[in-house]
Amino acid sequence: MGRYTDNPQAVAALVRGREVHRDVYVDPEIYRLEMKHLFANAWVFVGHDSQTSNKGDYFTTQIGDQPVIMVRHSDNEIKVLYNRCPHKGTKIAIDRTGNTGKFFRCPYHAWSFKTDGCLLAIPLKKGYEGTGLEEAEGSRGMKAVGAVHNHRGFVFARLAEEGISFEEYFGDSLSSLDNMVDRSPAGRLEVAGPPLRYMHQCNWKMLVENQTDTCHPMVAHESSAGTAVQIWKEMGYTEDDPKPPAMEIIAPFMSPYEFFENMGIRTWPNGHGHTGVHHSIHSKYSEIPGYLDALSETYGAEKAEAILTENRHNTVYFPNIMIKGPIQQLRVFIPLAADKTLVESYIYRLVDAPDELLARTAMYNRMINAPTSIVGHDDLEMYERAQEGLHVDGLEWVNVQRLYEEDEDFDEERVENGTTERQMRNQFNAWVKFMTASMQGKEAAE
Amino acid sequence: MSITREDLIDFVYDEARMLDEGRFDEWLELWLEDGHYWMPLDWKQEDPLHVTSLMYEDMFMLRLRVQRLTGARTFSQKPKSRCHHVLNRPFVDEMDHEAGRYVTNTNMHYVETRLDDQLLLALTAVHELKLVDGRLRIANKRVDLLNCDAAFGNIQLLP
Repeated sequence: MGRYTDNPQAVAALVRGREVHRDVYVDPEIYRLEMKHLFANAWVFVGHDSQTSNKGDYFTTQIGDQPVIMVRHSDNEIKVLYNRCPHKGTKIAIDRTGNTGKFFRCPYHAWSFKTDGCLLAIPLKKGYEGTGLEEAEGSRGMKAVGAVHNHRGFVFARLAEEGISFEEYFGDSLSSLDNMVDRSPAGRLEVAGPPLRYMHQCNWKMLVENQTDTCHPMVAHESSAGTAVQIWKEMGYTEDDPKPPAMEIIAPFMSPYEFFENMGIRTWPNGHGHTGVHHSIHSKYSEIPGYLDALSETYGAEKAEAILTENRHNTVYFPNIMIKGPIQQLRVFIPLAADKTLVESYIYRLVDAPDELLARTAMYNRMINAPTSIVGHDDLEMYERAQEGLHVDGLEWVNVQRLYEEDEDFDEERVENGTTERQMRNQFNAWVKFMTASMQGKEAAE
Repeated sequence: MSITREDLIDFVYDEARMLDEGRFDEWLELWLEDGHYWMPLDWKQEDPLHVTSLMYEDMFMLRLRVQRLTGARTFSQKPKSRCHHVLNRPFVDEMDHEAGRYVTNTNMHYVETRLDDQLLLALTAVHELKLVDGRLRIANKRVDLLNCDAAFGNIQLLP
């Protein structure tokens, strides 16, 4: 119990239009409340169903700080269960992926559970006869999360039993996910290999905000993208010469402010939004032979063209993922502490598309988002410097007011200048909403 | 000129010393123009192209990486990182004098440090070397981290 627990007024007061209080990034109590409320009330990304393509396949991850197992049940549906034996608390699955067959068996005392969590058997069960086991929490099997939804292969869960529906939570923002999936001639994606895993000593929200921060690339990434452009010129090439894939990927990071202003930002209700409404750093990638033909065969030429003309840059799905439709990448920002975040970056194969597309996607992932990436290095440096700098007393607010307007209504979809920080404000508006939704004293506060 | 095991082993040691002493321009000169520095993400990864790697860099990317280290606005290198390789004696796995092609396999401990942080990695480096104009050059280098699937902070120099 501290300043913010069961005090929705105090939590809401951390966000005031043009600025947010540093406690949202540095305060351990706020972090605990995020885990208890925000990550329970929101719809959080769990995994892709191609990670568990056969019955009994499972994948272990976490939703906020809650360890969970995503598993394909015998009826072919994806279930999301808490990764805890109801008996003594042992994590049932410890591998990152595997196949458990028809049931999970706890390695400690061999209690076993169907892949929907139902208790199957307890060894030497007669020892519980007459003890009232049927009334015990432990007899109900592995606990399932509140709700699960599989949208075209992407599995999301809401921990809370009651709350906002999947459709209302995401609304029209699903158009970005749909565009990414539509880019496959089969309308299907498959995860390609394990994700990059990159540890950051900073708050998870800094990473999410950075996804729509269009005023940092030409500054923070001058050392990598600027040097690349310089080497390219020294090699005797000009701006208009055909570039190898690595240059196609890295050079647009040095685009001038005007490019980012004109690309546009769209915001949706509940904290979702994307950069690159009109064009993006992904717009000028060269065509891969055979791809448009394969796509046209499925959709017809006109729709295929429309799918590929949509070049959204980063789409943030609140609270903690970003996707890049044009290159089939998904990054999840997993909060581990107020000042510790694990970033996992996944890539997907467009089923029935040429392999060259996947090669470009894999190249993008390692060039930009690996712990060994010359672009990632400078991003991480900025976040960690901010996490330390925020401890300065007497300057306790973080500014998010670029292109701020009075009486902004985040319940309406808007398209704005690409350098607005409206999407960051949109995230904080949703942050207050889902932080306080289940707090005691909420009614009194309204 | 005929290449001996001693020449190959010396080459691997000299390369590590160049990296530790920050003699990157000299290090780039060791490479053949179509070479790749590969650091897999997955244990025993076979495909560098269609799944993610930590690094799979051609000469353009390696030159960029090296040049960036000295840039005035390379913020993650203020202050600069330092690194240190400790080598086991390299195994010489292939010696094809006729083709002028040689393969070594070397276990190393790699230490990288900056400010108060120090990172220790155990790794195996496989060097594919070629004899060109009487000089050994790196045709390809593969670096497998023992904990390739672990979550890392920044790894900024060259293990």
